[in-house]
Amino acid sequence: MNLAAGWHCFKGILSREFLRFVQQRSRFLSALIRPLLWLIVFAAGFRAALGISIIDPYDTYITYETYIAPGLCCMILLFNGMQSSLSMVYDREMGSMRVLLMSPLPRPYLLMCKMVATALISLTQVYAFLAIALLVDVDPPLFGYLNVLPALLVVALLLSSLGLFLSTQIKQLENFAGVMNFVIFPMFFLSSALYPLWKMQEASEWLYWICMFNPFTHAVELVRYALYLQLNEKALLITIATTAFFTIMAVIGFNPQKSAKK
Amino acid sequence: MTISVNNIHFSYGPRKALNDVSFKLQTGGFHALLGPNGAGKSTLFALLTRLYQLQEGEITIDGQSIKTKPAELMQRLGVVFQQSTLDLDLTVKQNLLYHASLHGISSKAAAPRIEAELSRMDMAERVNEKVRGLNGGHRRRVEIARALLHKPDILLLDEPTVGLDPQTRRSLNQHVRQLCEDDNLTVLWATHLMEEIIPEDPVILLHKGKIKVDSSAQALLEMAATDNLTEAFHLLTESEKQEGK
Repeated sequence: MNLAAGWHCFKGILSREFLRFVQQRSRFLSALIRPLLWLIVFAAGFRAALGISIIDPYDTYITYETYIAPGLCCMILLFNGMQSSLSMVYDREMGSMRVLLMSPLPRPYLLMCKMVATALISLTQVYAFLAIALLVDVDPPLFGYLNVLPALLVVALLLSSLGLFLSTQIKQLENFAGVMNFVIFPMFFLSSALYPLWKMQEASEWLYWICMFNPFTHAVELVRYALYLQLNEKALLITIATTAFFTIMAVIGFNPQKSAKK
Repeated sequence: MTISVNNIHFSYGPRKALNDVSFKLQTGGFHALLGPNGAGKSTLFALLTRLYQLQEGEITIDGQSIKTKPAELMQRLGVVFQQSTLDLDLTVKQNLLYHASLHGISSKAAAPRIEAELSRMDMAERVNEKVRGLNGGHRRRVEIARALLHKPDILLLDEPTVGLDPQTRRSLNQHVRQLCEDDNLTVLWATHLMEEIIPEDPVILLHKGKIKVDSSAQALLEMAATDNLTEAFHLLTESEKQEGK
């Protein structure tokens, strides 16, 4: 593949994703309102019930808002990944996927472009969320905002690769509601996004182990540590490995027959 | 430049959609692919465009199999699908730029091509309009302009006039015929509307997944012993139905 051609292709896919995103302002707002509701309303209600002790990577007692902020960043990425999956299924049903498939560039490369484009657009929403979160005293170290960028990118890639993989498995748009019940909610609630896992372990050992096997838990921890200028190597490795796994599965699942069959 | 389809078979599970289909397209010709609904035209298009994988048989361009150099095939192929594939919320220009980028063409290099192709389709003044605001005929013109943006040798159109009024159908048909003359473009135009065919056209009649006629429209008339193409089409596809009873 010619490098210049690959670059123009990536720019084209990114610009289309960006244009679609800008035109769907409600998508941007809902992507922000959802985590803000959790941060402002849910956290206010549950602050007292869920006392947080000093845990890594924090070196002091923290507010519940501070604890859930990294999880909510990942929630934005999770919803965006699924939104991208939904748009892939929609494009396939409406036929516009064929435009992508008619490209002479390798299909795995096209998928990678799509994934990276989705990830980059998600990042803008995460930073908008973090800026608003400052108002409720979620104030990580200043350098943390920069340090968390690669972590957010890896997590965004994980969730957009998962979204792509799901889009290869979902036959019809109507089946997408199932993704909500069977993917988004379990992934989010069975993770360390809203409560530290030691609390979960106190309540139920087997739920704790399910959380430990949930890649989203490690994604949240990767972001949490990076935001507070630390590296969680285990979380990084698990997140990268899971991203690679879903990317390969998406490329395999994205064969011409499957993606074009009526 | 020739495109050859050799002994293609294709099945959806137990249902055979294409059965030993072979034909050849000649450079610069307007070829009509005829067939009633369900004849296998769209399946054939999906195979030609690599949306489906070949199960049996081979497709070659200038003697080279599309399996060996698929990227080269895609560069030489322009396609207009039966179902519109434009992004309705983007402008005409944004849609065309997206297509160009997928072919590795920079937006700078694409800009004059977009202008030229849209002018040829009498759509230059609509370049900044959203596709949602265009009527069916204009959307089709944009799709043809888009299919030509990367300067292909072969243009495949799968029932491009479905849902359009007779005047728009005729005008689109004439546009594409003009492209064959101007650019020596090889065209495969799938349709079941006989008014889009003239007696001199090379014709491939597909029926129930098999090639029934691979000749000229004139030969089709002679075979059906009539001077009306619509009647010939009905006679040839009806008689098959009766044979199958």
